[in-house]
Amino acid sequence: MKPAPFTYMRPDSLEEAIAAVGEYGADARVLAGGQSLMAMLNLRLVEPSVVVDISRMPELDTLKVRNGKIEIGASVTQSEFLEWPALEEQAPFIAKALPWVGHFQTRNRGTVCGSLAHADPSSELPLALALLEGEVELRSASGTRVLKAQEFQAGMLQTARADDEIITAVRFPACAGARGTAFREVARRHGDFAIVAVGVIAKENGALRIGIGGIADTPHCIEIEAAVTPKEITDRIENLVWQLGGFDDIHASARFRRDLVRRLAPALIEEVRACAA
Amino acid sequence: MSDSSSSAELKGDQDAPDVLGPKAESVDGYVGKPMRRKEDAALLMGAGRYADDMARPVGTLHAAIVRSPVAHALIKKIDTAKALELPGVHLVLTGADIKEKSDPFLTVLKKPRIQQWSLAVDRVRYCGEAVALVVADDRYVAEDGADLVEVEYDQLPVVTDPLEAVKPEAPVLHPEAETNEVSVREFTYGDPDAAFAKAEHSVSIDVEYPRSTFTPMECFVVVADYNRGDESFDVLANFQGPYSVHPVMAKSLRVPGSKLRLRVPADSGGSFGIKLSIFPYIVLMALASRECGRPVSWVEDRLEHLQSANSGPNRLTKLEAALEADGRVTALRFENLEDYGAYLRAPMPGPLYRMHGATTGAYDIRNLAITNRVVLTNRMPAALVRGFGGPQLYLALERLMQRIAVELDLDPVDVIRKNLIPAGAFPYRTAAGALYDSGDYQRAIEEALADGRLEDLRKRRDAARSEGRIYGIGFAAVVEPGMSNMGYLSTIVPKDVRERQGPKNGAVSMVNVNVDAVGTVSVTADVTVQGQGHATVLSQIVADQLGLHPDAINVNLELDTQKDPWSIAAGTYSCRFSPGTAVAAHLGAQKIRGKIGRLAARLLNTLPDDIDFGDGRVFSKTNPDNGMPFERVAGTVHWSPVLVPEEDTPSLSETGVWSPQELEPPNSKDEINTSLTYGFVFDVCGIEIDPITMQVRVDRYISMHDAGTILNPLLADGQLHGAFVQGLASALYEEIVYDKTGALQTGTFAEYLVPTACEVPEIEFMHIETPSPFTPLGAKGLAEGNCMSTPVCIANAVADALAVKDVPLPITPEWLNATLAGEEPAPPEHLAEPTRPEETEELVSGSGITGDGSVLVKADPAAIWRTLLDPQSLGKIIPGCHSVEAVTPEHFRAEVSLGVGPIKGRFTADVKLSDLDPERSARLSGTLSGPLGKADGSGRVSLAPEDGGTRISYTYGVEIGGKVASVGGRMIKRAAQMVIGQFFERLSRIAAGDTPAAAENGGETKAKSEAEGAGGFRAFLQRLFGVSK
Repeated sequence: MKPAPFTYMRPDSLEEAIAAVGEYGADARVLAGGQSLMAMLNLRLVEPSVVVDISRMPELDTLKVRNGKIEIGASVTQSEFLEWPALEEQAPFIAKALPWVGHFQTRNRGTVCGSLAHADPSSELPLALALLEGEVELRSASGTRVLKAQEFQAGMLQTARADDEIITAVRFPACAGARGTAFREVARRHGDFAIVAVGVIAKENGALRIGIGGIADTPHCIEIEAAVTPKEITDRIENLVWQLGGFDDIHASARFRRDLVRRLAPALIEEVRACAA
Repeated sequence: MSDSSSSAELKGDQDAPDVLGPKAESVDGYVGKPMRRKEDAALLMGAGRYADDMARPVGTLHAAIVRSPVAHALIKKIDTAKALELPGVHLVLTGADIKEKSDPFLTVLKKPRIQQWSLAVDRVRYCGEAVALVVADDRYVAEDGADLVEVEYDQLPVVTDPLEAVKPEAPVLHPEAETNEVSVREFTYGDPDAAFAKAEHSVSIDVEYPRSTFTPMECFVVVADYNRGDESFDVLANFQGPYSVHPVMAKSLRVPGSKLRLRVPADSGGSFGIKLSIFPYIVLMALASRECGRPVSWVEDRLEHLQSANSGPNRLTKLEAALEADGRVTALRFENLEDYGAYLRAPMPGPLYRMHGATTGAYDIRNLAITNRVVLTNRMPAALVRGFGGPQLYLALERLMQRIAVELDLDPVDVIRKNLIPAGAFPYRTAAGALYDSGDYQRAIEEALADGRLEDLRKRRDAARSEGRIYGIGFAAVVEPGMSNMGYLSTIVPKDVRERQGPKNGAVSMVNVNVDAVGTVSVTADVTVQGQGHATVLSQIVADQLGLHPDAINVNLELDTQKDPWSIAAGTYSCRFSPGTAVAAHLGAQKIRGKIGRLAARLLNTLPDDIDFGDGRVFSKTNPDNGMPFERVAGTVHWSPVLVPEEDTPSLSETGVWSPQELEPPNSKDEINTSLTYGFVFDVCGIEIDPITMQVRVDRYISMHDAGTILNPLLADGQLHGAFVQGLASALYEEIVYDKTGALQTGTFAEYLVPTACEVPEIEFMHIETPSPFTPLGAKGLAEGNCMSTPVCIANAVADALAVKDVPLPITPEWLNATLAGEEPAPPEHLAEPTRPEETEELVSGSGITGDGSVLVKADPAAIWRTLLDPQSLGKIIPGCHSVEAVTPEHFRAEVSLGVGPIKGRFTADVKLSDLDPERSARLSGTLSGPLGKADGSGRVSLAPEDGGTRISYTYGVEIGGKVASVGGRMIKRAAQMVIGQFFERLSRIAAGDTPAAAENGGETKAKSEAEGAGGFRAFLQRLFGVSK
């Protein structure tokens, strides 16, 4: 379990990193926390010719609230975010979901942006990005792009990041879900990839936004307006589970995944409604 | 006091030296005290000495292994040229080399002959089997070289299901054996037929114990160094024994045993039986070292470990009981079919026979029929796993006891009680020949359930059920053997064969106790250490004999076959330490005590009977002031042999040898005392099933143990905890999964679910002690009991909760959901699940990725047909194609790069067209193979004119194997669907005259497949074709 040969680069500045990624394009992979990339390298599932390490770049080590958005730089680890004193107040949903990301050992290394870049369909942070309608900042030699969650999340292990771009930050709207949030995931063991993860937040307009992870190639969200009746909610969820379909793996069938959404979503909706009331 | 000037001269003037450590605390001794492990400090500080920590000899090379991505195939060709050209690669070995340079491993069964070498010879029989070895400057280069070894396989039909494997039409793994069912034995004890004829009731159950393993943190490590001088091999490996396998290795290497020096380091990071199975690699690396003239090191990685290190056998059992009206069992009839995977390696089929004498468990049942069948399938070879036949046996026996209670409407504890061996009946000879040494099963059960414990569980169940929650209670009573009779495996051959071969029996344990000239004591023993705390217990035992503190006893448990005493029974397995090695230490220390005592009597002018030891002194019992330091007597032996009594040799190095008489060979009636000691475990638990997550939560678990005299209660409970967690793992989490093509699905710890601290509930352990009369220390084995009792106890509780008969292990949320959730509501009409076309069913046989789709193309069928048969066009159609060549007009070979997201691999594609119906339909079939794995697929393409163009319809089925199937787990199916979808999409585009770059907007294609989420495929294509850039 040793990687194929590659060139390791640790540029001193973001500019240099962008130049490197621009030069090598698809042959380069960006290394931040390495919690997915190193395993894939060692299994030789990925064989880039260049690995560009951005984990120690001061410019990317930002964690702040600006213009009503929480901005998390690309080298901020999940642990650092979890220990951020303002987390509970500024990002109540993430405060609930983040402890479910891997284990504390992996969170000590794994970065917030790295998890979004990896785009595992079962991961909690991509679900948070979709549910909270966050945005991702990408930089290349030709400039900066900001993509909304649904633009960024392209599929299983796929994002809209171009080969010459580096994800520099993710931004979540501050205080989203302050009126009520709920998160729950089901996995065989604590810290495993979720079989199904469900998040619910109460929006300012009284609507509920529901996000589902683990059942399709990307997290999927729906909104339910305040006036919708319980019967309609059940129908909407039923529609949703069939629309997403689910898939089989050795831990759970598509059917079980659909059933988990059927059970978790109403319970979480109830939880948020009770909290918001 | 007599003259002791010589030792005084050595030590100077020391009246009360404290080199012996603190004073003894009491005359009762240290055995039985909860002493902390002396090993802990080093292990907790990271100062353990594991095999991979050892300095390598100068010039050591590193090895990597090429493994089979297929489960059953003939090896057509292995091309090592490219690997050998890689700078830094020194040697590549293949099966042909191994066959020439070594002999196949000796096996338990001589007939039929099952040949195995350290690399696959001519044929592979399971996914992950070692096919070639690459030796290079470092492991990185070795793996680069391994990727360059090209192996051509000619695939054979695969059988992974034991019931299929015994059918006459099944593919045979070992043609020379002519069958997969390599052993069938029937045993009858008492008169089971008469008992069944007379029985008022009979109850039967079918159970299947799954494949699982207990994964050590440290994988296999071998460092082999061939010594050209004396043509011997010096191997360092974290082998665990039994050393009966040492002759197997030496014979394979074609050297006398003395020329295979095997050294085991002081620490090993867990084993649980698994590290027996390192032995083929010891032979392989030894051969490699001789071939390249350099030391060769190999460290197994986790993927290799999960693919091919070791597995317990899966067993199918049909068990039937003849019953009296009150639930008393008068006879049992077992039909066992046990699956050992691709090879029957020594000492297999141990798990089927290790429990043989104890087949009737804790019960007094005199009539017994057993049929044991051994079958081979295309799975990794089975071998030792903690519990070793016990979990399989008790899953059947204790599920049966629960069913008897249900079917006869009796209390389950009463059914157990009614059938127990009476407390006064020990030593008790079972129907199949085991001689149970001691026990009081009734008392153990009463104490376990007393003080309101059973009532509490019943209250919890009642309360839960009254609220509509799903709660159940389970029980299990288990007899736990310790220290195996090395002759038990000969029960597998009929008595006439046994008589020809000569009797096999016994189990010899050896411990060396050495005292140096300053009186310090060092101990070596015939065990291999995996974290149990052997050094602590050995020092307690020796300290008691010599009147010293355990801290004064140095224990070195490295084992060296050229320098240490060992027998074929040596090693750490089957709970042989407490009934075996511990006794040898006691005997060895007694010899030292006798010798020192006799000399001291002479020096102290008294009689040997008057001598006692304590507080670091040797003294007269009648006049304790008349004594001398232990070290002074020891020094006298070294410096003044002239003073040593005539009957003693003047040395202080003694080997304690323990060979219990009770371990007799099987007799002519196939009765066999399979083990020396027999402990007892009684478990009771309450479980609840979460109706949302469908997970089993253990609410309360009580486990009562009688393991005779406990040598160190702290260490005993440590062993119980470990066994409990592994029992829990078998009950709820761990399973080695193969699909029908033999592709391993559990190649990472994301798929093979080892429970962590978060998954482990509180457990309450209890003890009673009925000392074994057959061992001088009274101690029995205790480290495997919960591996045997916990899986079935939890299964019984789940059976009680759900009121069902069949409870498959592991008990998964998926199964519980299927059992409890009922019929799924039908989907809304517009979202109905796609029905799978009938044809795709026949295209797949295993994990089965299937799909279908259609596209409307603005081209006539003739144009499309030409495209399909033209290598140039195919080169454009096949995703990631680097080159394509036509072998024949209907057979193409291509080099491609395929993948999803960042994951890309290079493959060779071999595609054939058949069933050609020109301009209407064709069948495509082919394989992909590369370092990431392989895929076999077939599909059908149909063309039909429609709306002035052509509708291309396609269906496909694909099987994926090799590394990517083992580690890709959650994503592999969807990834494959994407790649296949790409092929057909591109086919339709090229046929329509488009180039991929020109077809950015996806046209009017629609692709659907069974498991595709909304938009996933479209999004993938968009990315692929650059829309988002």
